[in-house]
Amino acid sequence: MIPEFEKFKGFKAKSIPKDEPLASGHRACQGCGEVLALRMVMKALGRDVIVCSATGCMEIISSPYPHTAWRVPWIHIAFENAAAVASGVESARKVLKRKGKIPKRHVDIMAVGGDGATGDIGLQWISGAFERGHDFLYVCLDNEAYMNTGVQRSGCTPYGAMTTTSPPGKKSFGQVTWKKNIPAIAVAHNIPYVATASPAYFLDLMNKVKKAALVKGPAYVHIYSPCPTGWGSAGERSIEFAKLAVETRVFPLYEVIEGRYIMSRKITKPKPVTEYLKGQKRFRHLDEGHIDYIQKRVDVEYEKLLRLAELT
Amino acid sequence: MANTDAIVGWKTITFGCHVMEPGNSVNFRTGDWRSQRPVLDKEKCIKCGMCWIFCPDMAYTQTEEGYFEADMEYCKGCGICAHECPKDAIEMVTEEG
Repeated sequence: MIPEFEKFKGFKAKSIPKDEPLASGHRACQGCGEVLALRMVMKALGRDVIVCSATGCMEIISSPYPHTAWRVPWIHIAFENAAAVASGVESARKVLKRKGKIPKRHVDIMAVGGDGATGDIGLQWISGAFERGHDFLYVCLDNEAYMNTGVQRSGCTPYGAMTTTSPPGKKSFGQVTWKKNIPAIAVAHNIPYVATASPAYFLDLMNKVKKAALVKGPAYVHIYSPCPTGWGSAGERSIEFAKLAVETRVFPLYEVIEGRYIMSRKITKPKPVTEYLKGQKRFRHLDEGHIDYIQKRVDVEYEKLLRLAELT
Repeated sequence: MANTDAIVGWKTITFGCHVMEPGNSVNFRTGDWRSQRPVLDKEKCIKCGMCWIFCPDMAYTQTEEGYFEADMEYCKGCGICAHECPKDAIEMVTEEG
C-alpha cells in the first residue's frame, strides 16, 4: 500500500473546497462536461499546482488572449508534449531546489490533455515520462473525439459513433474500431497509480485526483467528459450521460494502485446500453446488429476488468 | 454586457504574450450567451449544493442564508442545475427581451 494514502481521509460532501482555481468567464460551450471535470480536478488540487496544458478544448476556452481563466501557474504547449514539458518542469524544480534558488516545498505538477492529445498525438511522450518516473500526474479529459477542431475521430472515439471523419452512410456506420484503452496502456508502464473517473461522481473524481497528486511518481487519471456539441446531446443532460455511461458499464470506474485493480463502483444490475446510446445524435444511425455488438463487447470488457480485480 | 477589452493592438501586447493578471477572464461576461435562466424555488430547495458542484461556469455561490444562487453575469443557461436538482427546485425560464 502507498504510505501517502494513509493520511488522506478523502473529500466529504460538506468539505468540498469553495475556492475556484479556475475562474468564471471561460468560453466553454453551454453544458460542457469537460470544463466541469476540469473544475473538479482543480478544486481537488487547490492552488499549489503547476499546470501544463496540451492544445485542445480546455486550452482554447480557458486562455483566449488577453484573458485567462487560470489562477494558478499555467503553460500552454503543443498537442504532443504536455507530458514532456511537465517532466521538464519537475526536473527544473528539483535542480533549482538543490541549488537553493527556490524554497523547498512540494508543488504538484499536472499535465492535462484531451483524448487526442493523450491517446493519439502525445502517447509517445506520455510513455516516456511514465517510463522515466517523474513525479507528476497526467489527467486525460476524454470527450471521445477532436472536438475543438470540429469533431474528427480520435483513437478514443467509441465504436459506431458518428464524427465528421467517420460519417455513417450506405456502406459505413461511423467509427469502425473499438475505443482505445488508454488506462490499460498506462497500467502497462507499471506506474503507481492509474484511475478512471466521471464528473457525475464528483467525490470519487476529486479523491482520485488528490490521490494521484499525493503519490510519489507518475500517476494517470482518465476522466470521462460529456460534450454536448460533439455528441449532439442536450446541454442539460451532460451529467446524466456521464452517469449512464457508468451505469450501463460503458465506462467502468476503477483504480489501479501498484498494479492492483480495485473497482470503485461495481455495477451489479447494469442498464442496457441503448439507454446510453439514445439521446445522442452520434449514435442515432446504429441498427440492432451494431447495438447488440456494442452490448456484448461492453459486457466482455467489464467481465475482463472484474477478473483482473479478482486476480490482483 | 459584452466588453471590448478582448481587442488588443500590437503596441499593447505584453512580452511573449504573457497574461499578467491571473483569472482575468472574470472580466468577460458570458451571461449574454444565455437564452434561458435558472429560477430557484426556495420552498423546495434543501440547500444540498448539487447545482453548485455541477455548474460548469462556476456561476453559483452560497448566500448567507445557505441557498445557492447563480450569478447571471456568468450563467450560460445550460440547464444542468435544473436537470440535476434532486428536488426539482430549479426551473429554466426563457429570457425575454
